[in-house]
Amino acid sequence: MFSNVGQILMLLWRTLQALPHAWRQRQKVFDQFFEIGNASLLMVCVLSFFIGAVICLNFGPALVDHSLATAVGGVVGLAIAKELAPVMMAILIAGRIGSAMAAEIGSMSVYQEIDALRTMNINPIQYLVLPRVIAIAFALPMLVIFSVLVGWFGGATVANYNKAMDIPFQVFFANLKDIVELQDVVNGIFKSFCFALIIGSVSCHQGLTTIGGPRGIGRSVTKAVVNSIVLIVICDYLITSFWFMLTRFGLL
Amino acid sequence: MTASSSQPSGVGLVVRSLRKSFGDQEVLKGVDFTVQPGEIFVIMGPSGSGKSVLLKQLIGLEHADEGDILINGEPITTPEIAARYRMALVFQSGALLNSLTVGENVGLYLSEHRLKPEAEIRQIVQEKLADVGLKDAIDKLPSELSGGMKKRAAIARALVIEPQLILYDEPTSELDPLSSVMIGNEILNLNRRIGVTSLVVSHDRDLAFGIAHRIAVIVEGTIRIIGTPAEVKQCNDPLVQNFLRADFKRES
Repeated sequence: MFSNVGQILMLLWRTLQALPHAWRQRQKVFDQFFEIGNASLLMVCVLSFFIGAVICLNFGPALVDHSLATAVGGVVGLAIAKELAPVMMAILIAGRIGSAMAAEIGSMSVYQEIDALRTMNINPIQYLVLPRVIAIAFALPMLVIFSVLVGWFGGATVANYNKAMDIPFQVFFANLKDIVELQDVVNGIFKSFCFALIIGSVSCHQGLTTIGGPRGIGRSVTKAVVNSIVLIVICDYLITSFWFMLTRFGLL
Repeated sequence: MTASSSQPSGVGLVVRSLRKSFGDQEVLKGVDFTVQPGEIFVIMGPSGSGKSVLLKQLIGLEHADEGDILINGEPITTPEIAARYRMALVFQSGALLNSLTVGENVGLYLSEHRLKPEAEIRQIVQEKLADVGLKDAIDKLPSELSGGMKKRAAIARALVIEPQLILYDEPTSELDPLSSVMIGNEILNLNRRIGVTSLVVSHDRDLAFGIAHRIAVIVEGTIRIIGTPAEVKQCNDPLVQNFLRADFKRES
């Protein structure tokens, strides 16, 4: 996997170089954006609600037992905004959209459609990769914002109705507001933007390098998802460390 | 050379000492031939003799290890050669983009390069599809077409470029005799009508002897003979004769 990181970075660089052509590809960007949002919104909603709920259920009673009921909203809010929403949504999108990207482009590679584009002097990066990367780079942060809100609501619901906590909605959100700052949410959104670039470039790279027929397409899809998730988790740690350093030195 | 955009005239092609290996396997072992402007030149040979590899070198999808390919005397590696000379490849499978309709496929070159307004593109697409007898298929998806129709649609897509050199990769493979004759006639008509240079790679003996001005027979990466159909038929090379006279023999 790591032997391909150089090629993936090169593909991402070429995609960024192709950005001036983005306006010409706006229809494809919109189509991809709609595909990502439409296909994932319900799943994001369900997943985020239950992630918020389960985090609250795991930590809430323990905090209440230690007379820290006022921290429940903050802990759940912070965990969702900074970590769980960006990472879980990125994993969801890698599985749902990254796999589709790798399969579609992989199929085009195997059936010579990409060669056909090249013979027409159409750059596959501009035509195929750029719209997908732009769409996912916009869609994933938006899904994360939505996920954060739904996750908070899931946590608040459990905190309100669970007898071990019994924290009203207003109190939960007041505590959350005290502890979670705007920059925590921005941190999560920034992470999701980076994860989106990883998913887009890894999946498109796998698609473009697919060889060997249907089995090759299957292999590319698996690699696209697995490699994206591994890189997301590694990148998550690096961004968190970097953000922590910025905060520690008072730069944020 | 400057060609009028409405009446393209063919370009000359020279291939000198072309060699290509994949690992230890040498596929092309020094191939030399010349194609005159406006000529129909057929390269025949058994499967695995290096025909398709040769075609990919000629259109620039792969690079040769050694040797030269000259279009009107200019090396194919010259920057901007694709902009100076219009070349098209009709793939064996057609290689139509499955996500686009036939009309969108045929007009793809013009729409992606913003060469004409949308209405004019639609009109040109209709004309080119009518030329290959597919006027009614404009809004169909490639998956709705038969093998022969896909190949004719691919020819229409190549025609939109107004090519000076068309390369055909196994244009009659997987087709019934009637469709093969139709494709063969199409190649002849195009050559007569617009004077395009045509290089056809095929192992279809009927097609080759029916349409070619000259034929080259390639066996195991080497050209064994180049000549008119009559000259090739009289060739005494046993490898050439084996290929040309191969037939079923029913044992009594």
